[in-house]
Amino acid sequence: MKSDDFRDALALAAAIGIVGASFGALAAAADVPLEMAMAMSLLVFAGASQFLVVAVVAAGGSPVAAVVAGLLLNARHLPFGLAVSGIVADRWPARLLGAHFLVDESVAFARARGTGHRARAAYWLCGVLFFVFWNVGTVVGMLAGAAVPDPNAFGVDAAFPAGLLALLLPSLQATDARRVGLAAAVVALLATPLLPPGLPVLVGLAGLLAAGRGST
Amino acid sequence: MNWPAVAALAAGTYLLRITGLVLRDRATVPARVERYLDLGATALLVALVATSALTADGGFAGWARPAGVAVGALAAWRKVPFVLVVVLAAATSAGLRLAGIP
Repeated sequence: MKSDDFRDALALAAAIGIVGASFGALAAAADVPLEMAMAMSLLVFAGASQFLVVAVVAAGGSPVAAVVAGLLLNARHLPFGLAVSGIVADRWPARLLGAHFLVDESVAFARARGTGHRARAAYWLCGVLFFVFWNVGTVVGMLAGAAVPDPNAFGVDAAFPAGLLALLLPSLQATDARRVGLAAAVVALLATPLLPPGLPVLVGLAGLLAAGRGST
Repeated sequence: MNWPAVAALAAGTYLLRITGLVLRDRATVPARVERYLDLGATALLVALVATSALTADGGFAGWARPAGVAVGALAAWRKVPFVLVVVLAAATSAGLRLAGIP
């Protein structure tokens, strides 16, 4: 694997670690036991849904509603899995493990490296790095608690969309991809004030209507 | 937070992830479907970029974040190395917030 890939993945992993610490701190503030927060980061490994569920329950919402909302947020991983199936692994034992590492950033990172050997190596590199950093971050955040600063103060919330966009740029050179992407963005943005979290992004799939015939 | 909720979220999320990964093999996929799956992933990722750059909790995220993303996008377009793109985006947002822009 190229050293560039490792360095780039490390940059994303660092950002993921910071957000993981923020999750740990939130869980600590919400009186979630250490083992439970650790279990969430180990077994769920999906940041946005973890934040959502902890926040909803802490605010007095029903755990059932929280879990449903969290699963809605994570629903996009089904189409992502369809799209990267060939990249992740050929045989089912590796797929079982690879599934657990499926996150937005590893999907974008791998796809930016094509569909072959390099993409596969990149997917697993990201999978392992992000998993480790997220979980270590969670523990650090739980223990540091209120001492963990707001990641937004470091602009981490801008780092993710910027990184994803940078990874997407090569694929957006095709005009049909650009058309679909633009349509998806517009639909998702319009849907945002109207739908619960997770759904606007899924509704963005309507951008496929702009796909047209072949790519040009 | 309770353990059944953690278990349900974990199981449900894993199910979502594994279903897509194994479904693809079940039937040979024609080139046209292949293309839609690929474009579909692009659609989702771009939608994710747009919503996470501009919105938070169903409303506008404030100017610092999209400004940071815009700087990062510009840098990426100019072929600046990936790590720098991420750092520039974060630094721009952080800097704007330091200056009092939310």
